[in-house]
Amino acid sequence: MPAVQESNVCSKLGNARKKPDRFPLVRLEALDNLWFQVSGTLCNIACEHCFISCSPTNHSFEFMTLEQVRGYLEESVRLGVKEYYFTGGEPFMNRQILDILELTLQYGPATVLTNGMLLRPKVVERLAEIEARSIYSLEIRLSLDGYTEEMNDAIRGKGVFQKAMAGMKRLVEHGFLPIITVAKTWDDAQDEVVLEGFLKMLRANGYQRPRIKILPSLRIGREAARSHGYQEYEYVSEEMLEGYDVNNLICANSRIATSKGVYVCPILIEAPDAWLANSLSESAAIGYRLRHQACFTCYLFGSICSNFVSVGRNV
Amino acid sequence: MSEKIALFGGVYSNYLALEATIQDAGKRGAQALYCLGDLGAFGPHPDRVFPLLREYRIPVVQGNYDHSIGNGLDDCQCGYTDPRDNYFARISYRYTFAHTSEENRRWLKQLPPTIRLQLGPFRVLLCHGSPRKMNEFLWESTTPTHFLEKLCEDYHADIICATHTGIHWQRALSGNRRFVNVGAIGRPANDGRTDVWYTMLTVEGDRLKVEFIPVDYDYERLAHEMRREGLPEEFVETILTGWWTTCLEVLPAKERRRGRF
Repeated sequence: MPAVQESNVCSKLGNARKKPDRFPLVRLEALDNLWFQVSGTLCNIACEHCFISCSPTNHSFEFMTLEQVRGYLEESVRLGVKEYYFTGGEPFMNRQILDILELTLQYGPATVLTNGMLLRPKVVERLAEIEARSIYSLEIRLSLDGYTEEMNDAIRGKGVFQKAMAGMKRLVEHGFLPIITVAKTWDDAQDEVVLEGFLKMLRANGYQRPRIKILPSLRIGREAARSHGYQEYEYVSEEMLEGYDVNNLICANSRIATSKGVYVCPILIEAPDAWLANSLSESAAIGYRLRHQACFTCYLFGSICSNFVSVGRNV
Repeated sequence: MSEKIALFGGVYSNYLALEATIQDAGKRGAQALYCLGDLGAFGPHPDRVFPLLREYRIPVVQGNYDHSIGNGLDDCQCGYTDPRDNYFARISYRYTFAHTSEENRRWLKQLPPTIRLQLGPFRVLLCHGSPRKMNEFLWESTTPTHFLEKLCEDYHADIICATHTGIHWQRALSGNRRFVNVGAIGRPANDGRTDVWYTMLTVEGDRLKVEFIPVDYDYERLAHEMRREGLPEEFVETILTGWWTTCLEVLPAKERRRGRF
């Protein structure tokens, strides 16, 4: 996976061997991406690498209602939001998710991040209808962490692979081109083998033009225990932001609405300082200091949460 | 009296399509032509595009490819992450860079990022990706109407014209304003036909007409020259079939589904 501005970043990391005294402040440049923590922290599975420790019993964030989402959508018009993203937990646990997506697609393009296990035939049929009626794209990002049952289920849990694949096939049968989203849990040297493995497996399962997005692992939440966590000096310093295009950082172009108000980014909702305001407009005016180690991963890889970096590096 | 201008983007070294576009626009009575950038990439003999633009005095907006070639950067700044897309983007970029003269590179470097015009009562803003960013993709299925309205307000324009994606589309906005993606003449629009597309804007009083015009050109000759230059067969296939075969990662779901790959 290519890191952003590689040479630029690497030269600055050479000096980064201690925790900075001051963390840099990042202001919102434009609210391009509005996220919704639509199913709160509730998920039907509990993956080994989840960066916000979602599970069937984590109620720290609750489901969002259609009316809550509507309020933020209306507010988003004036702010010129470009894309809407839905995450959790597992969004399809929220009983209002289909109505929420239908409403959102009247405003702009929507993307749902799902584990694919709850995509029953009726749900997928309705998704296809909703998508066909809108001029905007509905993207389904389906998480898989291995191209074999063994590799995937070691991370995502027993039986998950079969159910997720059934959901994937159903999406493809209904004309969707899901973006298979894979959190990287292997060494760089394995990149090609893993990518080939996924392509082959997806094609063999009827997905003829597979789309794949590979995410860097975020060493926080449950993932901190699974991998080694961060080194004590892995932070973003002010020096590291000199000459760096801050638009690569999620907090420069995104906010996330939740059942408890607006937070700075989808990664940090469990951090006490990540709550910004109740409304989008208020949250847009508040800058954020990069005091978390997950910010270091975001800095290295850039725009890790978007489907694609639709706004490239600053030209 | 009506005013009529022709707009095109994404030449991608397709000098044969450029010639055909200039002729076609002339026949249809265009009073001026404007190019929205990305002169190189993909096709053969990049230097053959420049004399045509100069001969017909066509103002050019700088595209990300022009910016990269002009400034000697490492890549085209399309931001691909897919290894296959990157592989083809690199081949195309290296070929174009090596075959663009130093004089033409200097010329690319000094191109303006936007051009403003007055067309009847309309303030027109020409750019490559978007007014705020040269390499921003504005696809039909991922660009909300309210986002375009905000661009018009932020940049004080009634008509915003862009290209960069390679597929033409338009949207009517409030207050008789309009967004137009003028398309590309360098390669087909991923629609299974070999034609390429440009755009004609006609203004009569306060009435604006936007037409997307297909251009038939000698694509077989272009394919032949691409092969002779050793450009990838995948690129040639696009020219001969009208379907995109590479750099597909950036396509949103709806646009991707309309294509073959």
